Amino acid sequence: MKILGIESSSLVASAALWENDVIVAEYTVNFKKTHSQTLLPMIDEIVSMTDTDLHTIDAIAVSAGPGSFTGLRIGSATAKGLGLALKKPLIHIPTIEAMAYQCFSSQYMVCPIMDARRNQVYTGLYTFSDGMQRVMEPSALDVRELMEKINTMGKPVLFVGDGIPVYRDQIEKLAAVFCCFAPAFMNRQRGAAVASLGAVYWKEGKIESAAEHQPNYLRKSQAEREREAKSGEPI
Amino acid sequence: MKENIYILAIESSCDETAASVVMDGRTVLSNVISSQIALHTLYGGVVPEIASRKHIEKINQVIETALHEAGKTLDDMDAIAVTYGPGLVGALLVGVAEAKAIAYAAQKPLIGVHHIEGHIAANFIENKDLEPPFICLVVSGGHTHLVVVKEYGEFEILGRTRDDAAGEAFDKVARAIGLGYPGGPKIDKVARQGDPNAIAFPKARVEGAPYDFSFSGLKSAVLNYLNRAKMMGETVKEADLAASFQKAVVDVLVEHAVLAAKELGFDKLAIAGGVASNSCLRASMEAVCRKEGIRFYHPSPILCTDNAAMIGSAAYYEYKKGVRHGWDLNAVPNLKLGER
Repeated sequence: MKILGIESSSLVASAALWENDVIVAEYTVNFKKTHSQTLLPMIDEIVSMTDTDLHTIDAIAVSAGPGSFTGLRIGSATAKGLGLALKKPLIHIPTIEAMAYQCFSSQYMVCPIMDARRNQVYTGLYTFSDGMQRVMEPSALDVRELMEKINTMGKPVLFVGDGIPVYRDQIEKLAAVFCCFAPAFMNRQRGAAVASLGAVYWKEGKIESAAEHQPNYLRKSQAEREREAKSGEPI
Repeated sequence: MKENIYILAIESSCDETAASVVMDGRTVLSNVISSQIALHTLYGGVVPEIASRKHIEKINQVIETALHEAGKTLDDMDAIAVTYGPGLVGALLVGVAEAKAIAYAAQKPLIGVHHIEGHIAANFIENKDLEPPFICLVVSGGHTHLVVVKEYGEFEILGRTRDDAAGEAFDKVARAIGLGYPGGPKIDKVARQGDPNAIAFPKARVEGAPYDFSFSGLKSAVLNYLNRAKMMGETVKEADLAASFQKAVVDVLVEHAVLAAKELGFDKLAIAGGVASNSCLRASMEAVCRKEGIRFYHPSPILCTDNAAMIGSAAYYEYKKGVRHGWDLNAVPNLKLGER
C-alpha cells in the first residue's frame, strides 16, 4: 500500500511517500520560489530516489485547503493530473486537520493557525485520545474570536502554523489559558502528515475521483463577497 | 519515424477550460471547450479568481472528454502541450500544473506553448495549404499585433497597439452603450442594423510607426459623443454608433495589415484571435485582399475563440523542432511573442 502526499497550501511545498506505515521519503521546501517550479521536480526526486514505479501508488492524498488560493490549485491540479494519468483515486485532506495530526497525541488541545490576512486565521481545534478528535472544524476566524472560544474551553493549547509569527503577541495578550507554540520541525505543513492522514482516510473509504476533486477554499472570491455585500443576499 | 504524431493540448489562460487532440498539427480529432462566459457576465468581465476556480473544477472532465471524443487514450499521445502564457497567472497555473503532472505520470514529452502563437496556428487547421512565410494580424481582448510569421514558431513583430487592444475597445464601448459583456459579438450583432458612415470617428495613426495601432482615442471619442448627446438631450441611435465605431476599428486594422503585406511583398495574409471572428473585419479584409491580389486566411469562429486545438497545432511544430519543457515549467503571464 502506497500513498503519495502533496502539500502546497502555504509557502511550504512538500511531498512525501507513505508505504505501509512508513514514510519512505519526504521533501519539504519553505522558500520563496513558486510551487509551480518546485512541486513536481520534488515529487520526481522522491520517485527516483526511492526507485518507485509511479503505477504502484494506490492513491494521492492532497492538502485541499484552506490556504493560498493559487497554492492550493497548484497542489490540486498536480494531484488531479497524476490521478488522471495513473487512473488512481485522490484523498481530500483538510489542511488544518493534517497540521493538527502532526502533533499526534499532544496532551494539549492543538490549534493550527494559518495566516489568512485581514486579521483572520484559518484554524480549527483538535484533541487526542485514542486518535484525533475534532473540537472545532476548519474555519476562517478573527484572532480575537478564536481566543474567546479557546478561553471558554479553559484547556491548555498548542499552536502550530505560519500564523504564529504574525499573531503570537496578540494570542499571548488575549490568552486566559496556558499557550505554547510548536518548535520548528513541526510548525509548518508537511507532506508526511498529509500522506499519513491519507492512510487513515483510505481505511475509512474516504476517497474521491481525480475528476471530482477540488480544493475547499473556505472563503469566497473577493468579487463574490463584494457582489453579496451589494445585493445583501448570499450567492 | 512514426507515421502520425498525436498531441493532447490544454488551454486555460483566461475564461475557457479547453482540451484537444490534434494529429500532425493540422487535423483536429477533438476540440472541447468549457466556457465560463455566463458566470463572468454577472461581473461585467472576467474575474481571475472565479476563472481559476472553474478551471480546477472542470479540467479533468474536459481532458477526459477530449481523449474520448478523439477515440484515443493517453498512451496514444506523443506529447502533452499546454499554454504557459500570456494570460491570467492563476488561470494559466491550473493548466500548467495539470499538464505537467499528466506528462510526468504518462512519461510523455511536455511542450509549453505561447497563447498567441496558438491563435496564429489556428489558421493551419482549416487551411491545409497555408505555410509560412505570411503576415498575420492578431486581434483579441488582450492583444493587437501585426506580425510576420517567418517560419513555424518564428515571428517578427511589425506593429502593436500603443494602448488598448482592439477587443478591449469593443468591450469598453459595449459597456458604455449598455450592451454588456462580452462586447465584441454584441457590437457585431447590433452594428448590422446600423449605418457605418453615420458618425465619423477618428482613425488613429501613430506618427512614424505605420504598423502600430492606438484605440484609446477612438474609445474616448465614442464616450464624448455619448456624453454630448446626453447633455443635448438627443437620443443616440445605438446601431449607428456601434456600426460607425466598428468601422473605425476595422478600417485601421485592414489598412495597416494590407499595407504591411504590400510593402514587404507578402501575398498571404491571415487574421487570428477573438476579434478575427468579427463579421465586419472578415468581410472588409476579404474584399480588400481580393482587390490587392492577396490570399486571405482566417480560422472559423470556433477556432478564433480560446481553444486547445490551436495550441495542439502550434505544439506540433515545436515538437518537430525538438522543443521540450522541464517539470519546473512555470506560467508566464506576460510572455512575449517569440520568446523562449
